Formats: sequence, structure tokens, C-alpha cells
Amino acid sequence: MASLDDLKKRIASVKSTQKITKAMKMVAAAKLRKAQESAEKGRPYSEKMNNIILNLSNGISDKENTSKLLSGTGDDKVHLCVVMTSDRGLCGGFNSNIIKKAKSYFSKISAEGKEFKIITVGSKGNDQLKRVYGKKIIENISFKESKNANYFDADKVGKMVIEKFEAGEFDICTIFYNQFKNVITQIPQAQQIVPLNNEEDENNSDESYEFEPDEDEILSNLLPKNISTQIFKAMLENSASEQGSRMSAMDNATRNAGEMVDKLTIEYNRSRQAAITKELIEIISGAESL
Amino acid sequence: MSEEFKVEIVNPEKSFLSKEDVTEVVVPAFEGEMGILKDHISIISFLKPGIITIHSKSGEEKFYVEDGIVEFKNNNLSILTSSIFNLNEVEKNKLQDLLKLAEEEASKSEVNDQTKYLVDQKIEVLKSLN
Repeated sequence: MASLDDLKKRIASVKSTQKITKAMKMVAAAKLRKAQESAEKGRPYSEKMNNIILNLSNGISDKENTSKLLSGTGDDKVHLCVVMTSDRGLCGGFNSNIIKKAKSYFSKISAEGKEFKIITVGSKGNDQLKRVYGKKIIENISFKESKNANYFDADKVGKMVIEKFEAGEFDICTIFYNQFKNVITQIPQAQQIVPLNNEEDENNSDESYEFEPDEDEILSNLLPKNISTQIFKAMLENSASEQGSRMSAMDNATRNAGEMVDKLTIEYNRSRQAAITKELIEIISGAESL
Repeated sequence: MSEEFKVEIVNPEKSFLSKEDVTEVVVPAFEGEMGILKDHISIISFLKPGIITIHSKSGEEKFYVEDGIVEFKNNNLSILTSSIFNLNEVEKNKLQDLLKLAEEEASKSEVNDQTKYLVDQKIEVLKSLN
């Protein structure tokens, strides 16, 4: 059995761990509020963008000759997967959930005999994927320096995707990220961004627009922007999810540490009592023998 | 009859500006400046670098934009842009920084004609502001 001194030391160390996890939880909670706010503020932009593109693509008569970003290359041999994860750990299942989702997608694709390439955004995803899929990773981007998700970073990723598309390096592009639902629930998402997945929402298509310059030119300018916008949206959702996930993970850790302290304290008290009782017995039996 | 309509400017981070009592908006559209009044026909267009002027009951406001898309529909004007600055609030250094950046870009050799045109526009506008 551990000595009294050892137990005392362990209790102290668990207590200080608890203090750290508690502090991390507080920090995550504060950051979560900010991240959630910016995720909500960013929504109008991506919604409006989507609306305009929907209206545009409805207005286009010649669907065959539109931008390849909208209609696709007509092939689906090479898939590009943009896996977006965080740069920091200690956030529960946040990164693993995205990786799991991505991995199941990879195995589905390779079972179909198609090729895939990976771009990782965020260092944690790269760490987890490079062991198995090291050769498939063509780019690895990390935004450790920037504090919050910002549009310029997203634009960088977007431009890279478009460059690769124009160079004919892939046919279909999917981004993986966690959608923020609430603090406890984040849903890993796979969203196809190239070619654009048009949900058939033909509600207000009879609205006629005047275009200046013509539709094609607007579309070919708008679609690359839309990719950056979608990536930015994913980044915002991701950062909110990361903080939410970290918060609940740290909450759990704090609770577990508390339980451990209780258990150790009971053990400590018991062994202290046992030592006292033993000493008493020794004294009494010593006195009796006189 | 009221001659007002609604304008909303959003950038990726947030809703930048929303105004209900706007009487006229002048935007630097791709093919030239374009004034929008109430009951304008539905239109979608791009912006090139330039100044957006918003006339409203409470006065006139000017913004500098580098790119964007405008959509006008049912007396709702939406402007989507990734870079916008209110000229009353922005500091002089910021504009000078932007000018420097644009000039750097212009000095690169491998730009195509369209980006060259846009960068030249940007420089011109920024110079007139500084």
C-alpha cells in the first residue's frame, strides 16, 4: 500500500491538474462565445453568395458551356479532399471525428478504384493522416499564427484549390470539417465544393435579372470566390466546434479529477486512521504486559 | 411616395452596414459607375476597385472597395465584398499601405491583362484618395 506521504503528493498533483483543466475550460468557454458569434455573423455572406449563384445558374441557358467549376470536368477519377482540423490538441474527439469521417471516405473511394489526393489544413490532421496516407498528402497548410479564422487565410486555400483544378489535378473536391450544432454536438461534414452541388431549389427562378457584364463572365468570377467563401464558412464552423469540443472535454476532465481527488482522500484518511489504531493497540498491549 | 430603399453591405466576417433610408447608391461597377435609385430593374454586377457612395436622409457616406458583387432585387441592394473601408473612419496609413501593396503587384511581370487593369484602377483610386 502507498504510504501516507505518497498519497498526499498524489492528491496535490491531481488537484493541480484539475486547476489547469478548469482554467482551460474557462478559456475555451470565452473563446467559444466569440467563435460562435463570428460564425453567426459570417452566415449572411455565404447565404447571399449561394443565393446569387443559384439565381445565376438558373438564368443560364447554355448549361454545357458554363464554367467547369459549376458543371465539373465530366469525370470523377481523381478526388481532392481538403481535411480541415485544428492546430491544437486537448479538444476531445474533435480532430478524430473529422479524420474518421475522412478515412471512411478515402476507403470508399479507393474501393471504387478511384484516386485521391489530400490537402490538410491544420497541423493536427496532418499528424494523424501522414502515417497512413503520407504519400497522398500534397499540401499541408497551417494557420498557427493567425488568432482567429480570417478570410485571407481561407482565400489562400481557395486559390490553391482553384489553381490545382485549372491544372487538371483533380475532378471533384470535397472539404471535411465539423459543423457546430451546440457545445456537446458537432457533426463531421463532407461537403462537395467542386463541381458545385446544386440543391434543387427552384423556388424563385422566374425572377429575371439584368446582368452586367454577361452571365458567363459573372459566373466565372463568382465561382472561385464562392469556393473561398465555403472554405471560410467551414473554418468558422470549425473554430466554433473546436472551442465547444474543448470546453466539454475539459469539463469532463475537471469532473474526473474531482472524483479522483475524492477517492484518494478517502484512501488517505483510511490509512491514516489505520496507522493511529495500530499505534494505539501497540501502546495498550505494551501497558498490559507490564 | 417614399423614394427610399434598403441597402446591405456584407463582408465575410460580418454584416458591415445595413441602412433602410437610402435614396441613391453609386457603385463602381465593372463597366463603369452605376447609380441605383428606387425601383431599379433587378441586376447583378461586379465591382471594380473604387468608391461606393451612399446617399441617405442622414447624409452621404463613402466607402472604398476593392472587389465585390452587387445584387439589386425588390428594392433590396446587397453588396458582397471582401475588402471595404469607410473613408471617414479609415486612417491615412492604411490607404497608403494598400497603395504600396497594389504598386508592388503592378510591378510583377506575370499578371494577365485583366488583373493588370484592376490593379491600375486600384492605384488610380488610391492615389486620388491619398
